[in-house]
Amino acid sequence: ANFRHVDEEFFDNLEEALIESDVGFEMAVSLSDQLREEVKLQNAKSQQEVTNVIIEKLVDIYEQQGKNEDNAIHFAKQGPTVILFVGVNGVGKTTTIGKMAALYQRQGKKVLLAAADTFRAGATEQLQVWGDRDHVKVVTGPDQGDPAAVVYDAVNQAKNEDYDVLFVDTAGRLQNKVNLMNELAKMKRIISREIEGAPQEVLLVLDATTGQNALTQAKLFKESTDVTGIVLTKLDGTARGGIVLAIRNELHLPVKMVGLGEQVDDLQEFDAGEFVYGLFKGLVTATK
Amino acid sequence: MAFEGLTERLQNAMTKLRRKPTVSEADLRETMREIRLALLEADVNFKVVKDFVKQVQTRAIGADVLKGLNPAQQIVKIVNEELTTTMGTEAVPLNKSEKIPTIIMMAGLQGAGKTTTAGKLALKLKNEENARPMFIAADVYRPAAIDQLEQVAKSIDVPVFQLGTDVDPVEIVRQGLEQAQEQHNDYVIIDTAGRLQIDEKLMDELVNISNLAKPDEILLVVDAMTGQNAVETADGFNDKLELTGVILTKLDGDTRGGAALSIRAVTGKPIKFVGQGEKMTDLDVFHPDRMASRILGM
Ligand SMILES: Nc1nc2c(ncn2[C@@H]2O[C@H](COP(=O)(O)OP(=O)(O)OP(=O)(O)O)[C@@H](O)[C@H]2O)c(=O)[nH]1
Ligand SMILES: Nc1nc2c(ncn2[C@@H]2O[C@H](COP(=O)(O)OP(=O)(O)OP(=O)(O)O)[C@@H](O)[C@H]2O)c(=O)[nH]1
Ligand SMILES: [K+]
Ligand SMILES: [Mg+2]
Ligand SMILES: [Mg+2]
Repeated sequence: ANFRHVDEEFFDNLEEALIESDVGFEMAVSLSDQLREEVKLQNAKSQQEVTNVIIEKLVDIYEQQGKNEDNAIHFAKQGPTVILFVGVNGVGKTTTIGKMAALYQRQGKKVLLAAADTFRAGATEQLQVWGDRDHVKVVTGPDQGDPAAVVYDAVNQAKNEDYDVLFVDTAGRLQNKVNLMNELAKMKRIISREIEGAPQEVLLVLDATTGQNALTQAKLFKESTDVTGIVLTKLDGTARGGIVLAIRNELHLPVKMVGLGEQVDDLQEFDAGEFVYGLFKGLVTATK
Repeated sequence: MAFEGLTERLQNAMTKLRRKPTVSEADLRETMREIRLALLEADVNFKVVKDFVKQVQTRAIGADVLKGLNPAQQIVKIVNEELTTTMGTEAVPLNKSEKIPTIIMMAGLQGAGKTTTAGKLALKLKNEENARPMFIAADVYRPAAIDQLEQVAKSIDVPVFQLGTDVDPVEIVRQGLEQAQEQHNDYVIIDTAGRLQIDEKLMDELVNISNLAKPDEILLVVDAMTGQNAVETADGFNDKLELTGVILTKLDGDTRGGAALSIRAVTGKPIKFVGQGEKMTDLDVFHPDRMASRILGM
């Protein structure tokens, strides 16, 4: 009978839980207003009903932004598919390539890796370890050499030796470094020039612990390399990656894959339901 | 910059106020709201923001700022001062052991910048104190972590003690320290694997390393782009380890870096250095006043 009362506090807490998930302040307010309306509209009473309505509505909101998009990984109809990985430093690009390469290799695809991070200490060796683990060949270049040359070599090997999928690992770079962003755009141009329709995917890797800066990352990487989707990593930690809601809202970039650890199998396709539940699961369990 | 700075926000709020003969408590509340928003947009943790705004409000009321000239400027000044104070007014130098070697242990989440920062610190010590540092490679998990450290070390001409990836990190550290004694290195920097603060097994490993090595410095390395979660991370590491300081990395980006305030507020531990790039020379002493201005977008 006095649920209305509980209700208000619940929504205040919900707003805080959303802020705490990094969705951003304005997004948190707008979401909790919409959710409050929806709960009223559907006349949800028990805690369980309220929770269900909220999850449904949040998934709805997430998916509405993604009309005409799909979060599948796209492959070339013929010839090699090229998947270019981009993102700021230390987010999990190389690790995600290691995981995805294993996945496709297991599916019977012929996979090639390009170590186009010639800059960071040990970057080539790191990708090589993944290549060895996955039994996948890695194209490398000299340390501090031109990354575009590695890309060029790898693309041509992929074409000439009938590879199905080529993953291109690039050096981490902060989105405000114009020269480095231009270098990345150049690598992408080489791929497109050498193989028509490639790269089929440009995946922006985002670390779930990142706050509001992730929005600027998405904007500027999209501008320079036409990002097709996001990989959200490190969701096995306590961070929830709420900023991807704002990214979806403003830039219509879908999350395609999720990283859940450092091991080869710690990779999943993105599940909107599971993700939005994660945004406020602390709140739900706390009030149960 | 993507977000409105605090100055801009407050000027806007104050323009409204200025048209009125007197300033009410409601106006003050509105001002505090703007401060709250500016800090949240800078990624300061919302609980930290709450406490901080309360503090600012108390001071603003005490100083009668709303009756004075140019209240917006005065409030910005108060906020700036409070922020700088919270972050520790002065730069804090590295702890030094009376007997060599001084032992420094790096800790933090995956990809925060530990290995790179270990290199930068060693170079700084070499350049400024003519020091003879040595690294211990205690990350046996990340693929090619030892290769990375060795390449970093080679570029700055610092030796690495390593036993490959098949030996327990605690044992690696034990033997590494023995070698440092024999070779009279004055600093030992231990590079550890990135780990989640909720990973009990790996956190226990860090505790064991720490119990054995009794480091003079346990530095938590944190990515400046970190959002609301900075509090949980810092709390988690600080609970298990006696952190002595924090290093904030990747400040060469365009992030506001509100994590600095969050971490300082929950751990009380000083931020000692900031990473400003990928090169070995890109490490600077932390200046609380500059960080305050940055968080506020000024
Ligand atoms: N817990 C956790 N750690 C991850 C995940 N993905 C990557 N990592 C770890 O994060 C760290 C950085 O990963 P990398 O793959 O090297 O990141 P990167 O983006 O290639 O880094 P740079 O090339 O230096 O820019 C490593 O320690 C990885 O093991 C994840 O989903 N969860
Ligand atoms: N732009 C910039 N990049 C940095 C800075 N510090 C570190 N990096 C980069 O961040 C990435 C991760 O750095 P690492 O030193 O490998 O991080 P780590 O904490 O040792 O990572 P793990 O051992 O995998 O946990 C690398 O690409 C570094 O070059 C910095 O201050 N600015
Ligand atoms: K990070
Ligand atoms: Mg990498
Ligand atoms: Mg490392």
